[in-house]
Amino acid sequence: MNTDKITKAVLQFSSLIILLVAGGMIFSLVEGAVPAFKEFGFKFIFSNNWNPTEGKENFGALPFIAGTLITSVTALLISLPLSFSASLFLSEYYRRTRMAKVLGMMVDLLAGIPSIVYGLWGFYVLRPVLIDLGLPNQGFGIFTASIILAIMIIPYATSLSNEIISMVPNELKEGAYSLGATKLEVITHVIVPSARSGIVAGYILSFGRAHGETMAVTMLIGNANIIPNGLFSTGNTMASVIANQFGEAEGLKLSSLIAIGLLLFLITGIINTIGKFIIKKMA
Amino acid sequence: MKNLVTIILLLFVISACNSTSNKKGDKKSAKAKKVALTAAGATFPMPYYNMVFKSYTKKTGTLLTYGGIGSGGGIRSLTDKIVDFGATDAYLSDDKLAKMPAKVVHIPTVLGAVVIAYNLPGADGLKLSDLLLEKIFMGEITKWNDPLIQKNNEGITLPDLKITFVHRSDGSGTTFIFSDFMSKISTKWAEKVGRGKSLQWPVGMGAKGNPGVAGTIKQTKGAVGYIGSEYAFAQKIQTAKVQNSSGNYIEPSIESVSAAAKGEIPNDTRIMLTNSADPAAYPISGFTWIILYKEQAYDGRSKEQALVTVTFLDWLESSEAQSQAEKVHYAPLPKAAAEKAKAILRTVTFNGKTLLK
Repeated sequence: MNTDKITKAVLQFSSLIILLVAGGMIFSLVEGAVPAFKEFGFKFIFSNNWNPTEGKENFGALPFIAGTLITSVTALLISLPLSFSASLFLSEYYRRTRMAKVLGMMVDLLAGIPSIVYGLWGFYVLRPVLIDLGLPNQGFGIFTASIILAIMIIPYATSLSNEIISMVPNELKEGAYSLGATKLEVITHVIVPSARSGIVAGYILSFGRAHGETMAVTMLIGNANIIPNGLFSTGNTMASVIANQFGEAEGLKLSSLIAIGLLLFLITGIINTIGKFIIKKMA
Repeated sequence: MKNLVTIILLLFVISACNSTSNKKGDKKSAKAKKVALTAAGATFPMPYYNMVFKSYTKKTGTLLTYGGIGSGGGIRSLTDKIVDFGATDAYLSDDKLAKMPAKVVHIPTVLGAVVIAYNLPGADGLKLSDLLLEKIFMGEITKWNDPLIQKNNEGITLPDLKITFVHRSDGSGTTFIFSDFMSKISTKWAEKVGRGKSLQWPVGMGAKGNPGVAGTIKQTKGAVGYIGSEYAFAQKIQTAKVQNSSGNYIEPSIESVSAAAKGEIPNDTRIMLTNSADPAAYPISGFTWIILYKEQAYDGRSKEQALVTVTFLDWLESSEAQSQAEKVHYAPLPKAAAEKAKAILRTVTFNGKTLLK
């Protein structure tokens, strides 16, 4: 038999499985979320009342949507200067030096640390420091969770921007240097403009990662089902409330948690689409 | 968190012990080697279950596995028929019982206390009245040196620290016992918060599981919360004396918890023991139950499996098992409760015939 045909069949079969799994996931999420949306309608998204007490059940996802978006945005803002500097350091200023090698290895190492270890470190090391600095709520809350998230997404943002910046054609840079441009001018006028779509894509991917992060956030955010009233307030995220309450949930509560899962899925999808759109526009 | 790691390690050790002792058991009782029992549910009695399950395996060679996944998880596992029996700290209401796929019976296994644990260095033996409990857990008192707390605790120096209430972030039978007690002593709590396995909390922050809450309190100065007693004692966390219905401040102990169960117990053993009328009783005490189907012939279960299940549960009610409770700070069942449990086990059937005589 034709080996080409076999290869084609295998490839088709594998792709089909992926398609089926993704489709099945969406289907079961939607199916599970139907009772919650039937009961609460669109109020489910905009209500901040999360009351699981028997007889008074009322579920609204707004506190968790708010918590997720606030922690992710804050984490992105904290990690942005750090990871962008690190990627310039690696790809421009110290390219192919021992320093860059060590830094690059450390960044990769950060990416390999499991979430729970970040959580433990935040709980036992970072939190006491923040308490000493006078953070309220015993160091639990949005801010602490955001710092941990920021550290977790640095490797993603850094290595992606690093790759992209390394791909900027040397001819362009050499041209700029020959015209007498300084290193900083080359970065701002040549590298950033030609690599910006890739850099933006890197940050969007990192943002997506921050969204779904669960364990480390759960350990540090305080798990209070309220809309955070500031950067130092306690709160909860979508992924974290599901992890916390799924085990005991039944009936309407179970459906509401699945509905939150669906919303998380949709929000991540929307952000990725926006990201792709930006990349297209910029490229 | 340390506790969590300990428990995971413990589980490994237990499973390792199980397999070795099973090999020994092969010789002793060739009959039991084929049957293994699976159970899941409440984390509140887990330290006790881990211990007695292990000693039963040693004794008979019957392999036992217990998953501490929470009371709700225990009920769901029994509903899904993936365990031989479930464990819960909150008994099933008539409504819930009616929704189960078949008739379910409760047997109490041990008595436990939910303690008010706190972290205030140098302030041991804090006394909390009904009023203080209400005000602290509703968020109306926010500082430890509040004159109301100070007035109730003369001789204790209370620091100028913010009160951080740590509650469960997951659903829990421990929460059910605690909120049942709070609803009994405070009408305000009963109206605004109520009782349940998970609640809408007026203040505070959540941590997952008894080990999670215990760990957070231990790590956080000024924290206060409710946990299963063993989790506080094992980690040497301070516990408060709680005012009971006679107005006495009672320390959680085996005697004071036993005192809470002195009253009349209904035949189906479904009763909350909180806020007991006994003057020596610790008021946040409760039974923890094992739940199983009354008719054991379901899902192709063998008669042997059913027989091993009820034989084991019957042993749990014996003085041999009950006498081990104190080692992990639980109180043995009062005679009357154990007798009722044994009577219930004798109504459990296989194809309509009772299994135990």
